[in-house]
Amino acid sequence: MSIDQNTAAKVAKLARIKVDDDALPALAQEFNTILGFIEQLGEVDVEGVEPMVSVTPMRLKRRADVVTDGDQQDKVLSNAPDAREGFFAVPKVVE
Amino acid sequence: MTELNALTLAEARDALRAGDITSAELTEACLAAIDAADALNAFAHKTPEIAMARAAEADQRIQAGDAPSMCGLPIGIKDLFCTKGVPSQAASRILEGFMPEYESTVSQNLADAGAVMLGKLNMDEFAMGSSNETSVYGNAINPWRRGNEDTALTPGGSSGGSASAVAADLCLAATGTDTGGSIRQPAAFTGITGIKPTYGRCSRWGIVAFASSLDQAGPMTKSVRDAAIMLEAMCGHDPKDSTSTELPVPNFEAALTGDIRGKTIGIPREYRMDGMPDEIETLWAEGRRMMEEAGAKLVDISLPHTRYALPAYYVIAPAEASSNLARYDGVRYGHRATLSQGDGITEMYEKTRAEGFGPEVQRRVMIGTYVLSAGFYDAYYNRARKVRALIKKDFEDVFAQGVDAILTPATPSAAFGLGEMTDADPVQMYLNDVFTVTVNLAGLPGISVPAGMDNQGLPLGLQLIGRPWEEGDLLNSAYALEQATGFVAKPAKWW
Repeated sequence: MSIDQNTAAKVAKLARIKVDDDALPALAQEFNTILGFIEQLGEVDVEGVEPMVSVTPMRLKRRADVVTDGDQQDKVLSNAPDAREGFFAVPKVVE
Repeated sequence: MTELNALTLAEARDALRAGDITSAELTEACLAAIDAADALNAFAHKTPEIAMARAAEADQRIQAGDAPSMCGLPIGIKDLFCTKGVPSQAASRILEGFMPEYESTVSQNLADAGAVMLGKLNMDEFAMGSSNETSVYGNAINPWRRGNEDTALTPGGSSGGSASAVAADLCLAATGTDTGGSIRQPAAFTGITGIKPTYGRCSRWGIVAFASSLDQAGPMTKSVRDAAIMLEAMCGHDPKDSTSTELPVPNFEAALTGDIRGKTIGIPREYRMDGMPDEIETLWAEGRRMMEEAGAKLVDISLPHTRYALPAYYVIAPAEASSNLARYDGVRYGHRATLSQGDGITEMYEKTRAEGFGPEVQRRVMIGTYVLSAGFYDAYYNRARKVRALIKKDFEDVFAQGVDAILTPATPSAAFGLGEMTDADPVQMYLNDVFTVTVNLAGLPGISVPAGMDNQGLPLGLQLIGRPWEEGDLLNSAYALEQATGFVAKPAKWW
C-alpha cells in the first residue's frame, strides 16, 4: 500500500492540519516509510485473537448520573483565545 | 559535606527531620543550581516564589512534627502535568499562554506529601520523541559528555528535561511520563533511575494526554530508594481517572531488603538484537552475572512477539494521539491562528493546528488519522490491537512459568549527539524504544537502573520488568542490582 500526494492531502484534511501543496511529496514519502515499517504486522498470525480493549482487566466504573460540578464559567473561559458575553467565540459557522 | 542540591530524597528527608538542614536552605540551593544551569535548558518555567512558599510551609510542618513523606523535598515537574496558575504547555506552541485552573492529581499528591515544586521541565512536544528535539523550548542538553569532547548530547526523551535536571543535581528528583519508554530511556542516557509503574497505578487526570491506553507517570530519581519513596507519594486511586486502580498503595520503601535469593529472573532471547553494540551486550551479561551472584536464579525465556511491538506501537499510539489531540482547535485554550478575510471555522482549525503543532506531532496525528480512517481501521488499528494482545500474552506466559522479573538492556545505545539523527528517517528514531515499548503495550511496571559506562564515559542502563502491581518486588530487585553495580558516577560540571 503506497500513499500518493492525493491521499496525503486527504489525510491532512481529515486531521484538520493545513499542508501546503509543495510539502505534500515529502509528507507522502514519510508516510510511506512509516507505513512500510507498520506493514510487518501483516506477518503475525492473529487468527482468533480478540483486539485488546483494556490492558488491565477491569470493568470501567459507573457513577450516579448527577451534577457534581459546575458554576465555573469564568474559569472555563479564562484560557479562551476569544470569549465574549460568557461564550467561546468562533468565526461564523452558519450563513 | 555534599552540596545540598546533590542530596538524594532519602538523605535530604533524614537531614530535614534531624534538623540538620531546612527546606528553605535546600530549596535555595536548588534554585541557585537551576539559575546557573541555563545552558542545559532543562527548566522551561521556573517557579521560585512557589518553591520558597512551599519550603516555608514544609519547615513549619517539620518543626511541628507533622511531616508527610516528601515534606520539604524540592522536585521538578514535567511540563506535561497541569499545574494550577503555572504555564503547562506540553512543550508545544499550541498551548502557549495556557494557564491551568486546576492541578493534576499526581502533582497534587506530591504537594500533599509536602514536596516543593521548583518549576516545569523541558520535554518533547506532547511527549512525542526520544531526544527532546521536538520541544518548542529548544533542546534540553545532557550534562554528560563523551570523553573530552564538547559535543552536545541528548538527555533522551520525552522526559529529557527531567533527566537532565536530576542528573545535574538541579533538583532532588522529578516527575516523568512514559508512553513507550519516555522515563526509562532518558534515565538510562543520564545515569539516573526511572520507573514506569503498572498501567493504572498513577492517575492520568490533569496530565496532557498522548496515548491514553499507554501513558503512565512515574518518578525519575538519583537512587532506587528515592524511586520507591516518590512513587508511593505519586500513586493511588483517583475517582477522576476511570482507569486508576483501587488497589491499596503498598509501602514501597519497606520492600527494599536487597534480598533476591530464590527469585527467578528471565532473560528474553528476543532482546538480543542484530547489530547491538558490544558494550550493551557486555553490560547485559554483567547484569546477569550480578543478579546470579546475589542469589537469583536466571532462566532463558522467550517473548516471541517482541519484534512486532514497535510496529504495533506506531499504530496504536498515533491513533490515540490523533483522537486526543483533536481538542486543540483554537477554540477553548491555547494558540489560535490569525485568520484572513473570508476564512471560516475549518480554515481556523487547519491554520491553528499547522502553526501550533511541530512536524513530529503533525506526522503522528496524520498517521493516526490514516490508520483510523474508513477502509484501513481493520487492516491497521484492529490488527495492531490483536498483536498487542499477543505481546501481553507473551509476558503472561513467562510469569505463569514462575518468572519474577525480566532483565534487559534499557536502550540499544548510549546517548547520541543532538542533531545526529536529523537526517535519519523517523523510524530510526523510533528504534530507541525497542526494549521499553513492550512494557507499555503490556501495561507492566518497568525500571531503568544505571549499571555501567560505555568506552566514551557515558552511562548505560539496564531494565527490569516486573509482574503487574508488583512494583515493590520490582523495586527490590532493582535495589539489589543497584547495590551490585555500585554505580555512583556523576557528570563533570561544565555548564
